[in-house]
Amino acid sequence: MTAADRVTNILVVGIGGQGVMTAAEMLARAALAQGYDVKKTEVAGMAQRGGVVSSHVRFGPKIYSPQIDPGEADLLIGFEAAEALRWLPYLRPTGVAMVNTLRLAPPVVSAGLYDYPLDPIGELAAAGIAVHAFDAGALADELGNSKLVNTIMLGAISDYLPFPATVLEECIVAGFRAYKPKLADINARAFAAGRAAGHV
Amino acid sequence: MNAVVHAQAESRHLLSGNEAVARAVWEAGVRVAAAYPGTPATEILENIAQYPDIYSEWSVNEKVAVEVAIGASLAGSRALAAMKHVGMNVASDAFMTQALAGVVGGLVIVVADDVGLSSSQNEQDSRYWGRFGHMPILEPADSQEAYAMVKRAFDLSEDYEVPVIVRMTTRVCHVKAMVMVSGERIEHRAAGFQKNPQRWVMTPANAKPRLPLMHERERNLRDLAEISDLNETFSGSDRRIGFVTSGPAFMHVRETFPNAPILKLGFSCPPPLEKIRAFAGQVDSIVVVEETEPLLETELRAAGISVYGKDILPRFGELAPNVLRPAIKQLLNEPCEAPIRVQSGVFPRPPTMCASCPHLGPYFALSHIRNLNIIGDIGCYTLGAGHPWNALDTCTCMGASLSMAHGMDKGRGESDEKKHMVAVIGDSTFLHMGMQGLLNLIYNRGNVTVLLLDNRSVGMTGGQENPGTGLDLHGLAAPRVDFAKLAEALGIRPERIRTVDPYELPTMVKLVREEIKMNEPSIIITNRPCSLTDRFERFKPYAVLDEKCTGCGNCIDLGCPAIFVARRETVMTKSGKSKELSFARIDSNACTGCHLCVGTCAPEAIVQNLPMPPHSRQPIWIHTVP
Ligand SMILES: Cc1ncc(C[n+]2csc(CCOP(=O)(O)OP(=O)(O)O)c2C)c(N)n1
Repeated sequence: MTAADRVTNILVVGIGGQGVMTAAEMLARAALAQGYDVKKTEVAGMAQRGGVVSSHVRFGPKIYSPQIDPGEADLLIGFEAAEALRWLPYLRPTGVAMVNTLRLAPPVVSAGLYDYPLDPIGELAAAGIAVHAFDAGALADELGNSKLVNTIMLGAISDYLPFPATVLEECIVAGFRAYKPKLADINARAFAAGRAAGHV
Repeated sequence: MNAVVHAQAESRHLLSGNEAVARAVWEAGVRVAAAYPGTPATEILENIAQYPDIYSEWSVNEKVAVEVAIGASLAGSRALAAMKHVGMNVASDAFMTQALAGVVGGLVIVVADDVGLSSSQNEQDSRYWGRFGHMPILEPADSQEAYAMVKRAFDLSEDYEVPVIVRMTTRVCHVKAMVMVSGERIEHRAAGFQKNPQRWVMTPANAKPRLPLMHERERNLRDLAEISDLNETFSGSDRRIGFVTSGPAFMHVRETFPNAPILKLGFSCPPPLEKIRAFAGQVDSIVVVEETEPLLETELRAAGISVYGKDILPRFGELAPNVLRPAIKQLLNEPCEAPIRVQSGVFPRPPTMCASCPHLGPYFALSHIRNLNIIGDIGCYTLGAGHPWNALDTCTCMGASLSMAHGMDKGRGESDEKKHMVAVIGDSTFLHMGMQGLLNLIYNRGNVTVLLLDNRSVGMTGGQENPGTGLDLHGLAAPRVDFAKLAEALGIRPERIRTVDPYELPTMVKLVREEIKMNEPSIIITNRPCSLTDRFERFKPYAVLDEKCTGCGNCIDLGCPAIFVARRETVMTKSGKSKELSFARIDSNACTGCHLCVGTCAPEAIVQNLPMPPHSRQPIWIHTVP
């Protein structure tokens, strides 16, 4: 079976306001541009208020259910370390997790009612999956704009997709060129920086 | 602007179900669209508003929206009303009778059920309304179908002179999928209202003759459903089980059992019983997969068709593949792998109020005053029931706070003897259904202290406009209601109408203390905008001077997510008791300079001495783990 014949499942997770849904949308558009059937769905709840967000992207020759079953995700993109750990059960044993090392605590944690996991990245690795973790926020700051985290994370996973990284890159950059042309170049650089970081 | 507004005919787009509905509404030649926000339906009207040639409005509630649509239909225009599932309860008085009288211009009600209960106060199945009101229901399974069925719904409505319900669920509304956009707008001219009292004045004498006509219409609709191509059979080689299903549940069934025969009901009400009976004859047994009530299942059993349904499937929630698989395998006596545990042990991350949310001050006040029964309502302020305020005692439905507080006052139990009744309600909720409760309690000489938290926004659903904000759906200037004058007109004495800046914490606390002591209704109106809207003004952030912080933890009690505990210490007091100290810090990226916390800090350790951050790195309700 070639990559084009099977369904690819990508789970993007983080916290409301981090741009999880936008990242998932970009992936969906790239897959669409590549000619796949695509579905994207969110479990957001009242996520705009700082809650948990997970966005499912599925693409392949034909997609029925928009939801990824536990244990079926090929790729887990975590915009925050503990959130990546929360969704680990959705990843296949052969899956890849790409994680931003950012640690964000909700008020119930800072008030001492719950603990933030000591080493979420370590716990992910201990589960036997392939984990790539890096500080996307630091990379974004180096590039001079903290909002680039989104593009950096997409760059990081771009070599783990069943289609060329350039398809995703073109989708992102073309979007900026059309709506915010001033940001097109910097996003192309962010994508490249993320792409390099994704191999660590 | 959304790309699909300019979409060419015969082009492919990645659209949510809500976006697909909007495009279809435009193509169908709809002239009037009205809605009240509510997840997951909100984006339907927000998208419609971007199309030309349609009059669209945020109505003050769902009943009003449906009545606006009915009026437009009687004038001969195609009209749409959209709402979330609980909106149907509010709107039902209007459509239950109009379904009897009928319609002229196509009238479609799009309702979005929150299957899985991710952002509502209950999970209810809108398919009952079709049976109750004798109206047909179409059930799209994805965006493409939503697009196609909404267009069909308008034709159906005009052909049979009946309001048509398009029943969506979260998994249609919010799933993005491919849609082939095939057409352009087709105008439907309005013929104008044709006076006909026997038809439109529903007195008993006029309504009664409509009853047989309504039932005849329903029989005709049933005949249509029997032959409709919207009820589609998918053949399958494995005939041990045939599935009867509708909506997104079809997608889950097809995904999980690709070889099973399926009868998919797109035109699900009135149900095509004979078609289902024929389908049942071709398979060993039937499983009805419906979200969420055993509705069709019960009707099929009553028709003598033996089926499995909620006896083997969960009674509520989504019927996703990981739910269907074990249930069906068990029915077939086949082994099934143990389901994967999805509990990871990571701390919960409940939704929380934002930094500088104007609701923080009122909840600080309420959580520090004893002997209150705090009767709540629905909106962002419902979060006041959670940590750290624990200052909301009920939440039932929109507008209920005032009337329930009044009832609790009148029905006081012994243990409530010293209790003061407080009602907490937001601006949009007050205008939706709260006003009547206030009028009622004033008229009936009740005694409730009302906190009207006016943040000039429908905050919970994403910051829509309402009659209290001064703008309309399109962002254009609109008349703005004056809440204080309104309260006075309803009968509250001017002395008992108090407007307050919720960031002035000492005043806020003092006002609540004063007003609860009064022997008459009073209303406290807050006047700061939602911090997520453009109306909110951001100032330089505050910081804690470590050397001055005594660890009292008062500021932490505000529940502002920009304030966090940097260090804990346990000390002995003079009386020999151990005491926990929490030394606070403020995240300068998250702080917006509202100065609310300054009012909690006796040692004056909170100061505004930092420059304005260039842009905030994090959303404003979370901070980095130190
Ligand atoms: C009948 C009904 N319609 C719509 C909703 C969805 N809904 C929940 S809260 C809310 C409005 C909240 O606005 P407001 O009262 O101004 O409070 P805020 O969230 O701004 O604090 C809406 C529309 C609902 N729960 N019930």
